[in-house]
Amino acid sequence: MSAHEQFGEDLSLYALGALEGEERTALEKHLESCAGCREELAALRGDMAVLATSVMGPKPPQRARQRLMDAIAKEPRGVTAPAGDTKRAWNLWGALGWIAAAAMLFAVFQTRGENEKLRESVTTLGSLVKQQTSDLENAKRVMETITAPEAQKVVLVAAKSPPQPQGKAFYLREKAGLIFVANNLPPLAPEKVYELWLIPHTGAPIAAGLFKPDAHGSATVVNPPLPPGVEAKTFVVTLEPESGSHEAPRGTAVMAGAGL
Amino acid sequence: MGGVDPKNGAADSALVVAIRTGDQSAMGSLYDRYSPVVYAVALRVLGDTGAAEDVLQDVFMQLWRNPGAFDSSRGSLGAWLAVITRNRAIDALRKRRPENDIEDVVISVEPDMVGDADRARVGEKVRAALGTMPDPQRKALELAYYEGLTHSEIAAKTGEPLGTIKTRIRAGLLTLRKVFST
Repeated sequence: MSAHEQFGEDLSLYALGALEGEERTALEKHLESCAGCREELAALRGDMAVLATSVMGPKPPQRARQRLMDAIAKEPRGVTAPAGDTKRAWNLWGALGWIAAAAMLFAVFQTRGENEKLRESVTTLGSLVKQQTSDLENAKRVMETITAPEAQKVVLVAAKSPPQPQGKAFYLREKAGLIFVANNLPPLAPEKVYELWLIPHTGAPIAAGLFKPDAHGSATVVNPPLPPGVEAKTFVVTLEPESGSHEAPRGTAVMAGAGL
Repeated sequence: MGGVDPKNGAADSALVVAIRTGDQSAMGSLYDRYSPVVYAVALRVLGDTGAAEDVLQDVFMQLWRNPGAFDSSRGSLGAWLAVITRNRAIDALRKRRPENDIEDVVISVEPDMVGDADRARVGEKVRAALGTMPDPQRKALELAYYEGLTHSEIAAKTGEPLGTIKTRIRAGLLTLRKVFST
């Protein structure tokens, strides 16, 4: 493919960086699609290289070699410095290498300091996680022992007394936590359900969960949704119809206990 | 066009490959081979040894950072470095950002002009060719090449029409090309 003759002169100027304005823009656009002109541009740059061979002058000073070798030793491969936009910036390019090296050193030391802090944080977090894991294990064991269906629930009463329905409520007001465990509940009639109520010191009773006892008369209610901060006066279990609203106690009370 | 000298081109390619792996001694070898021409061109353009040293440093650092920018299939490393150097020196002279990325500078060149002995011989031939050029033609070429003037700046400086300047520069470069085809 040959170059377009009409672009020959502009290409020569372009190779030298001497073409400007609209002519330059037009030529750059043409170059995008014309391989022949790109070849000619490469050849013109070859001509420029030929011209460079005619230049005679002193050899560079020895220190320039050392400067380069020092710079490449300090600069990791693949790192590029930003281009300068003034002669001053240009002349500082060499210094930029030093600045970059100094910045990297600073970064290394800073990183080392940060690493130290991070290591301490990790150690602290590690201890915290260990402690929390241990706490969680304990809590799970407590919960399992209380609530697992296979857990034996034995209520000790005075000797020779017939078994009575019993319930224990564990209530943490600030966190609205409530665990209720019941035993010896009489079997429910069809379409009936037990309901636990939190009776506050002031205000209406708050529903705290429906439940049915298992074959042994045991039942648990764990953390039903409750508003936080309510001070409990009494906990009551009522017998309610399974269907219909459970927003207010309507049935008969089966057991009750006052908070201490 | 675009040939590679069997003696030096292969060695250059091998050194450039070594640079890709971070081989500092390969960089030293290329510096020893090409720093004279790089420094001479930079000094010719800038006329200041400190500024020329900066360009020398910058050109070789560009090669160190981005050895893949040189396409060894297209021509000699020496020719490429000479053009990169000339362009960088002009950028410095004109206090402007580098106009070309080094990756964009593709060069096709006759195979003869690499190697110290060859360069000296080629240099003599080129100086002889410049000596045969009409003065206005050589002057226009040198103003563009060594001073980085645009064609309109050259026209203003010489008082000649733009079209004439364009023709002279084109003819001057083609005269240099003919040094190797005769």
